[in-house]
Amino acid sequence: MSSRITAEEVRELALLARLRLSDGEVAAMTDNLGAILEYVDALRALDTAAVEPMTHAVPFDCPTRPDEVKPSLALDDALANAPRRDGSFFQVPRIVPGPGGDSEGGAG
Amino acid sequence: MIDVRGATAVAIADGVRAGKWLARDVAEQYLDRIARLDGALGCYLLVDAEGARRRADAVDAARKAGRDPGALAGVPLGFKDIFCTRGIETTCASKVLRGFVPPYESTVTARLGAAGGVMLGKLNMDEFAMGSSNENSSVKPVRNPWSREHVPGGSSGGSAASIAASLCAGSIGTDTGGSIRQPAALCGVVGVKPTYGRVSRYGVIAFASSLDHPGTFGRTVEDGAALLEVMAGADPLDATSIPAPVGRYRAAARAGREGSEPLKGVRLGVPDEYFQPGMDAEVEAAVRAALDELARAGASIVKVSLPHTKYAIATYYLVCTAEASSNLARYDGIRYGLRAADARSLEELYTSTRGEGFGAEPKRRIMLGAYVLRAGYYEAYYGKALRARRKLADDFTAAFAGCDAIVTPTSPVPAFKFGERMGDPLQMYLADVLTVAPNLAGIPALSQPCGFTRAGLPIGLQTIGPALGEEICFRVAGAYEARTKWHERLPPEGAS
Repeated sequence: MSSRITAEEVRELALLARLRLSDGEVAAMTDNLGAILEYVDALRALDTAAVEPMTHAVPFDCPTRPDEVKPSLALDDALANAPRRDGSFFQVPRIVPGPGGDSEGGAG
Repeated sequence: MIDVRGATAVAIADGVRAGKWLARDVAEQYLDRIARLDGALGCYLLVDAEGARRRADAVDAARKAGRDPGALAGVPLGFKDIFCTRGIETTCASKVLRGFVPPYESTVTARLGAAGGVMLGKLNMDEFAMGSSNENSSVKPVRNPWSREHVPGGSSGGSAASIAASLCAGSIGTDTGGSIRQPAALCGVVGVKPTYGRVSRYGVIAFASSLDHPGTFGRTVEDGAALLEVMAGADPLDATSIPAPVGRYRAAARAGREGSEPLKGVRLGVPDEYFQPGMDAEVEAAVRAALDELARAGASIVKVSLPHTKYAIATYYLVCTAEASSNLARYDGIRYGLRAADARSLEELYTSTRGEGFGAEPKRRIMLGAYVLRAGYYEAYYGKALRARRKLADDFTAAFAGCDAIVTPTSPVPAFKFGERMGDPLQMYLADVLTVAPNLAGIPALSQPCGFTRAGLPIGLQTIGPALGEEICFRVAGAYEARTKWHERLPPEGAS
């Protein structure tokens, strides 16, 4: 539909964004993103040469506070939503390949 | 006993504070309405009946003990499910957060509770606040109480519809590009988006941090003002919150009702750019009639120009998707929320969790945001949008040199039907054409009802003020409301 973005670029982008997309999703995304990118191209007509970028609606100086120790979340509260927990840790699949294969003992 | 159908938050608080009725009885009436009517509307994702009774009893106990039960004593409230509530599931209507029980409370909901507000439950929304129709909820759509074939608007659709249907007396939502004002317009209620930083974002699940504005929904202008007065103000937990003192919003809303010309000396700007071809003729007629009414209330109507309006949607979708792609990177299946089963590597855990957990619209925005932030494209897209954003903000600064507030339609069209725009994301984005610019500029804006189409669908009037100009918005809106009866109309109960 549009030449603004190809299915190959969409697959590459999905990898960067850590999103698994089905073939159907890739096709729809290619069309949708193409149409949206074409629409936003209208901005090219706007002269912004002398304009400072505006990152924030309200100008503010990063406020500072006294560096004091205050109570924070209790360990059990912080871990209460963990999909998998091992004692005081969030448990994840093995990251470094083990001696006997790529992921044994992983998701555990 | 008060009939809660159509009741205002202010009337409920006054009655509870005066001991005319018990907060518990009021809460029971709303819980009963939700049980009878919400099955057909889908406003609530979670009803916390037991907690609501406990909170209402605490308000009644405080009053009996002679303590001040708070400015919002006994007012039944609904919270958009984007506000973290300690110990109560908060999902943003997303599969990726199903089962997430926050270990902390958002500043906004904590303040409303401390003022005697009684939370009834968590309200439905577009997933991660991305959408203009509520069709992007991963759980169920919200139906418009005025016509069930029509969308309630979005993303805060549950917050708007629950007010229209009297399933709570006050509600809160977030507005990143119109997500409070557009559903308020489509559901015929008052929706208020204050100045950026006026209300703390602590505990509000982030979509686009430089554009996210928590705000209020109510049946009347004063209800919106009463909630905002409690919610607003500096918060040490949000570095972007504004330290300036909170305005007297309720007094401003009431000032609009006084005398025959309550807006004498007020200059209201009307920008041609907000009345463009494609606008629904009934919407335009209702808004033009509202401007005549405001003139009769003493305001002088002046022409203003916001010349960069045509760039607003493009600018908005570049900025908000860039920020969303960064903010949504945190949903990785490690610390909370969904984790895909059987992932054999960390890489696979991430991609499967996110692939399964996000719906089509968050995926689209993550992808677009990742695209515009990529090395090589960053300057052409994101950098360009940040510069266009300043031009749009400068438009408002220039316009406010010649007027005190700007009045426009909120949405160019009344509520549309389910499915009508879902096939074309760009058409859905264009639903926000009249609401995104105040978010980019960070200035306050509210929507209130100003009429109905022949088919019986509500029409919204938008009032935009300068930074920290909430009071002038409330004054103008209060004056209009005092002279009209649109806000008194109630949607049909039961089948429609």
